[in-house]
Amino acid sequence: MISTLQIEDLAIRRGERLLFEHLDFTVSAGEAVALTGRNGAGKTSLLRAIAGLLRPAAGTVRFDGAPDADEARSRDLHLIGHLDGLKGGRTAREELAFAAGWCGADAAGLARAAEALDLGRLLNLEVRKLSAGQRRRVALARLVAAPRTLWLLDEPLSPLDSVWRARVGALIAEHLEGGGMLLAAVHDPLPVPGRTVEIGG
Amino acid sequence: MNPLAVLLRRELALAWGRGGGPLPALAFYAGVTTLLPLAIGPEPEKLAVIAPGIAWLCLALASLLSLERVFERDHEDGALDLLALGGPPLEAICAIKALAQWLSTGLPLAFAAPVAALMLGAPVGLAPVVFLCALIGGLAFAFVGGLGAALALGSRRGGLLIAVIVLPLFAPPVIFGGGALSQAAMGAGQVSGLLLLCGWALAAVALSPLAMAAACRNALD
Repeated sequence: MISTLQIEDLAIRRGERLLFEHLDFTVSAGEAVALTGRNGAGKTSLLRAIAGLLRPAAGTVRFDGAPDADEARSRDLHLIGHLDGLKGGRTAREELAFAAGWCGADAAGLARAAEALDLGRLLNLEVRKLSAGQRRRVALARLVAAPRTLWLLDEPLSPLDSVWRARVGALIAEHLEGGGMLLAAVHDPLPVPGRTVEIGG
Repeated sequence: MNPLAVLLRRELALAWGRGGGPLPALAFYAGVTTLLPLAIGPEPEKLAVIAPGIAWLCLALASLLSLERVFERDHEDGALDLLALGGPPLEAICAIKALAQWLSTGLPLAFAAPVAALMLGAPVGLAPVVFLCALIGGLAFAFVGGLGAALALGSRRGGLLIAVIVLPLFAPPVIFGGGALSQAAMGAGQVSGLLLLCGWALAAVALSPLAMAAACRNALD
């Protein structure tokens, strides 16, 4: 289980454009950090760099002090972005079972996730027939189904209504209490107490 | 359940669900092998000579058709991120994807190949060799083709680009398979051509996952 995430002197370049540089911050167990910044400031790129999908132009991402811990990274974090990887033509049940099973969830985890995000009736629908908020709930369900320490979420709450913002907020609070970590790119404040890191000037 | 088995099941389900599985490739294969006698002429003696070769070459072309779906959709909708962060290494993921491509397209085409060859007038005795070539060659086509699909990720005319990348790499297996077929047609043992084809298929299975994974990493970045 990861207990600290350190970002050291990180710089990210997309094509010719330098998104940000000299970014330093640390997230420890039980902590939530909100990443804010203008559109295109590099919030999504930062999340992908921490997940190891994108090579930073400079700097290091350390898990528990060790750089480039590929194993720890892939086994102990969830990254959920705008592109949620759900296939429109398959049912929510099939897609959740695959996404969660791929991350190591068992049947009990799936049942827990379906209950936590109240997916009952939705599971039999094709993903393309879900509303944006329902679809986001299906995507977020893998957080519950396959417990992992570090949650990297890209605007997790934006398509959700106020009821679901509160319920997902409660899920996040529960995750943090259990020693989890959250790094979320947001435009509105997070529903849990935490620090804010601003990306880009 | 082993995550790679979960992935294989999903890949097969996706191939069947959206793309109609092997049906487009089979329809294309049937179409081309039917059109060729119309272009060349219906004389049975002429056709019988070239039948195995035609059945073999058209199979290589038919296996190009569904390559685009191997990586492109997962890249577009973000599923490749999920796959990369699951746990198993990208090399294994790519190998499973290519294997699923072979199971969903190459295998059905391998069963169609002897039928096409016989329809064109090839001697019945050649059917097993045609089947074996198609079966082993199809494995090479799937893995080399998967490499082309990974390299073409993110480009706009992906399907065309895959064909351009992959066709030169299809030359060795097409030559080896053609050699095996003509050896068999002359009544000689068809072993050396088939062995070369096996060698190429094994090399493709062993090496192309490394290259596919590198290409995917590049596309994710």
